[in-house]
Amino acid sequence: MKAFTYERVASPRAAAEAVRRNPGAKFIAGGTNLLDLMKLQIEVPTHLIDVNHVGLDTIEATPEGGLRIGALVRNTDLAADRRVRRDYAVLSRAIVAGASAQLRNRATTAGNLLQRSRCSYFYDTTKPCNKRAPGSGCSAIGGFSRNLAVIGVSDACISQHPSDMSVAMRLLDATIETVMPDGASRSIAIDGFHTLPGDTPHVETVLQPGEFITGVVLPKPLGGKHVYRKVRDRASYAFATVSVAAVITGDRARFAFGGVATRPWRVTEAETRYGDGAQAVADTALQGATPTRENAFKIPLLQRTLAAVISDIKA
Amino acid sequence: MLDMKNDKSTRRTVLATTSLGVAGMAFPSEGNPASAANSAFVPTSATPLPGIMVVLKVNGTEHRLTLDPRVTLLDAMREHLHLTGSKKGCDHGQCGACTMIVEGRRLISCLTLAVMHDGEAITTIEGLGEPGRLHPMQAEFLRHDGFQCGYCTPGQICSAVAMLNEIEQGIPSHVTEDMEHVAFSDTEVRERMSGNLCRCAAYPNIIAAIRAVHEGAKA
Repeated sequence: MKAFTYERVASPRAAAEAVRRNPGAKFIAGGTNLLDLMKLQIEVPTHLIDVNHVGLDTIEATPEGGLRIGALVRNTDLAADRRVRRDYAVLSRAIVAGASAQLRNRATTAGNLLQRSRCSYFYDTTKPCNKRAPGSGCSAIGGFSRNLAVIGVSDACISQHPSDMSVAMRLLDATIETVMPDGASRSIAIDGFHTLPGDTPHVETVLQPGEFITGVVLPKPLGGKHVYRKVRDRASYAFATVSVAAVITGDRARFAFGGVATRPWRVTEAETRYGDGAQAVADTALQGATPTRENAFKIPLLQRTLAAVISDIKA
Repeated sequence: MLDMKNDKSTRRTVLATTSLGVAGMAFPSEGNPASAANSAFVPTSATPLPGIMVVLKVNGTEHRLTLDPRVTLLDAMREHLHLTGSKKGCDHGQCGACTMIVEGRRLISCLTLAVMHDGEAITTIEGLGEPGRLHPMQAEFLRHDGFQCGYCTPGQICSAVAMLNEIEQGIPSHVTEDMEHVAFSDTEVRERMSGNLCRCAAYPNIIAAIRAVHEGAKA
């Protein structure tokens, strides 16, 4: 690990001020992704701001009938929260489908939204990667791409978004609340939070330098039946090959997909095709997909997983 | 070959001596042969960075340490407090060999910094029990032969102890069918222990040991 200085802050405001004083700083909360990348010198912050003591670790009801989830709420606690289990089961299901119990005990809500790529070329510092070293090229295109994205890709990057939680958050139309280094706050709808790689794959969200996530707001519950179905190479503790998040209420449905795209993938137009069956929904959601030879199997796999999810919900 | 009986060497002192010897041969002009080695094997207190004072309550005893911020909780235990029960398997959060219980919850100690745990209570395998006074989970791992080489075992045992508490607290898992009702089953144990790999594949016996502790606690 490259050397860095370290400080603990006690409030979001202090976190914002600390980052203003240290341009090379990063926030650290659970650390389960950041420290892994720092050991490999893929992330090389010169200063770490420990935000584990800023509060923001509770889940509260909003006046609109939804929930405000503090940025520091651990994945375990979010998945186990009685209100989340009852009213947002797709979110609980998505979270417990990811990582291991030890990691979920540390990983935070905000940190999960900011998980970085798991592309093997992003991790391999001996290979070009536009996400890790902008402008160096993409080794995955033409390389080993079985696990990578089939849609939302660019000539610069085909890395898939790894987060299960974010797929459920996208489905539920969550809003991300932040505070800027100058103290200003803003709300960002999740459909505008994660960016497509385009020609700047190293930029993964619309967050400004030093902008600090304070919480995530869920709108009032949708009701209906909630499912998160994850298909992976082993039964547990693996990233998604494909995943389907679904909430179905009578003849209305919402679907979001993981494992197939460069960000949590939801196409609202596809949901209007629900009455036409799984094939129609999947075709619309993946319209314009450009798979590689190695990951083309993800398209029929997603169609079939979606069909299984729909038939289970109807059963 | 060293005669282990006669010179009172332990496996650990032999390994330490050997690695220093090799480093010394490779870097004969270096004053500190270990300085070129992986930071994981080097006491980091000699770093030019300012150390950070931290108090760790480890297995019931308070330890005051001044640490380079890079020191992981795992390295603080192994290299600074010489509690070598917790193992470094992958050092990247993939194997679970370094699992410890911190403030009542199991975590991966290689992916967290020691300075992030100031004032916190940490339990390692050494704090669960010791020969003659084993924790029930240690006793059942022995009785059911829940290991072969033993390298993953301290992590498995710490993980299993905390895992039973998680079921008790009603925390759901991926295989929990009714999210409102969390109950012990072998399927739950397999899923909940998936973060602890065993290359010897002692899994059936590990599950038997955990089941025995669960049933013993009920009785």
